[in-house]
Amino acid sequence: MDYFLELFLSGLTRGSIYALIALGYTMVYGIIQLINFAHGEIYMIGAFVALVVSGVLTIYGFSGVSILILAALIAVIYSAAYGYTLEKIAYRPLRNAPRLSPLISAIGMSLFLQNYVLLAQTADYLPFPELIPDFAFMEPVAHIMGSAELVILITSATTMICLTLLIKFTRIGKAMRATQQDMVMARLTGINVDRVISVTFVIGSVLAAIAGVLVGSYIGQINYFIGFMAGVKAFTAAVLGGIGNIPGAALGGLVLGLAEAMAAGYISSAYEDVFAFGVLVLILILRPSGLLGRAVKQKV
Amino acid sequence: MISYLKSSLIAAVWFVFLTFPLMVVKVNTLKSTVEWRWMNMLWVAIGAFILSAVWRWAMEKRVRGASQNEQDAASEEKMGIGQRLLEDPKLNRPVIGVVVALALLMPWVSEMYQVTIWVFALIYVVLGLGLNITVGLAGLLDLGYVAFFGVGAYTYAILNTRFGLDFWVCLPIGGLTGALVGVLLGFPILRLRGDYLAIVTLGFGSIAKIVYENWEGVFNGAKGIEKIARPGFFGVQMDISAATTFTYYLMLVMVVFTIFVTNRLKDSRIGRAWMALREDEIACVAMGVDMARTKLGAYALGAFWAGLVGVIFASQTTYINPASFDFMLSAIVLSMVVLGGMGSIVGVVIAALVLNLLPEYLRAFEDYRMLVFGAVMVMMMLFRPQGLVANVRKTYTHGKVRAEETNG
Repeated sequence: MDYFLELFLSGLTRGSIYALIALGYTMVYGIIQLINFAHGEIYMIGAFVALVVSGVLTIYGFSGVSILILAALIAVIYSAAYGYTLEKIAYRPLRNAPRLSPLISAIGMSLFLQNYVLLAQTADYLPFPELIPDFAFMEPVAHIMGSAELVILITSATTMICLTLLIKFTRIGKAMRATQQDMVMARLTGINVDRVISVTFVIGSVLAAIAGVLVGSYIGQINYFIGFMAGVKAFTAAVLGGIGNIPGAALGGLVLGLAEAMAAGYISSAYEDVFAFGVLVLILILRPSGLLGRAVKQKV
Repeated sequence: MISYLKSSLIAAVWFVFLTFPLMVVKVNTLKSTVEWRWMNMLWVAIGAFILSAVWRWAMEKRVRGASQNEQDAASEEKMGIGQRLLEDPKLNRPVIGVVVALALLMPWVSEMYQVTIWVFALIYVVLGLGLNITVGLAGLLDLGYVAFFGVGAYTYAILNTRFGLDFWVCLPIGGLTGALVGVLLGFPILRLRGDYLAIVTLGFGSIAKIVYENWEGVFNGAKGIEKIARPGFFGVQMDISAATTFTYYLMLVMVVFTIFVTNRLKDSRIGRAWMALREDEIACVAMGVDMARTKLGAYALGAFWAGLVGVIFASQTTYINPASFDFMLSAIVLSMVVLGGMGSIVGVVIAALVLNLLPEYLRAFEDYRMLVFGAVMVMMMLFRPQGLVANVRKTYTHGKVRAEETNG
């Protein structure tokens, strides 16, 4: 039973990370129907910035929670800046181009960012500092659930609630929903669509950066290539939940994380990644609209 | 002018800010030291300043170009020099003659090392042309193309080392296995739209590599398979250098064969169906094109070439392991197709040669190879989506009508 519980919790932790990244995919797809291939790279850059900042702060004598907060904050700011710049350079000029063009541009951007980090930093795995402290009150259950897992679950839940509130109740949230429904009509009613799209990229990048910082301190090491797998899996999660659907992305992330942890624990951990892709292919064949998505008829 | 300067300055400051933590700071957490690389900051600032000006100029030109195109869309398109080279037999026959002569003479005037480089470059040319069928003609973005290449290579490696089958027997088997896997994979994902297809094929490429790595019994795991036989020629004994030269000629024949087949396919019934499908799927299906068969055909043919070349690749290196078949190879081949111009045969051949031989001859450039490939893909999409040598669709003209128009 303990083993199952351990797997369940690790699946949940993993799943909430996937969910955080998947939200970025789903929001962007919902608005401009583009798979932002470079989203995984934004997540990776978030983790790298956090690593660099926490390294510098540790050396200059900061300690404990102040490092965590500062590193996370700066990582979030930088990821947001990268996300904004990415959209402006690689996607905005292609808004009216054929569908394949922005997709190829996104793949190019993903390659570029990966190799930029590779050249600017290093190709090796870097040890990520343990930013999340061990809580005393977690001692009795430490064999099942670590403090890091608790922090990840709480942080991602809070972030998702904040996002839902933002989209439901604020002005910009309303504008985002309007743009998603009909971009031309939204523009006619005076919504600055370009700004809405920028904001969407920024929000997605912020979520990815949070995921990056959490994963870094959970797994303990990062390199320039972590964005690739994380990106593909998060995309799987987004499709699983129904792409373009925000609660769907959260649900899809959790389901994928749980399924993966169970498969790794009970079947074989070598084929863990194969399993995620298998889920993706199955979903696309059986129910392309995802768990929560509705099938949309294509109009001619 | 002043607005140019101002926007360039802003861009420089912005990129200095963006790249600061990654380009300037480098922490060593084990030794607790920080390295500040201020020179990088200077380079970023200068680079961003210049590039931003170029960028703005290019963007303005792009907007002007778009509006101009609309104006003279009706008027006759004039032929560029590149296009005339392709179309006019008087011009292109000598060019082709010289290229063929150079290609045939190459192994006799240069060392074996050079020949090996060219063999790999030609392998990429055929891979590019094969992917060109799937991506360029049929518009199906395939990010797992390397998987079929791997299927071909492993087919030959296993059949040769375990069952002692000859290269020439395995060559068609490798191609057909590739095509078969292509059909099997293509079948469930036919209904998907372009962007889903991209991610599923990406997933498939990664799955293939994981399977090669972990299935010890069949693929020998991460150790790979060694001592694969080189291609034979009626039992003639060849040393390594002669065998390389032989493979080189074999690749030349393959390239010519691929070009011939793709060229014929382009104007065939199925080739036109592919292009129609690429332009507008719904309209195409409404015109009575069998979508499933057409897409599967594109998939299978693309995979077939990859399988064939995979066999040759395995025989040339005599050793393969899963690391040779990772996503980067798919990305490289895709960037060749994008750079050359989707659907354009000449363009893809030139792009494949340039992208492969440049890093070989400019060693300093090697580290920046993938960075540049990524940038090339973005730039091409932004400024020249048709590629270096645009694919010109066949047009049927009526001589008489045109003559009357110019007279009147």
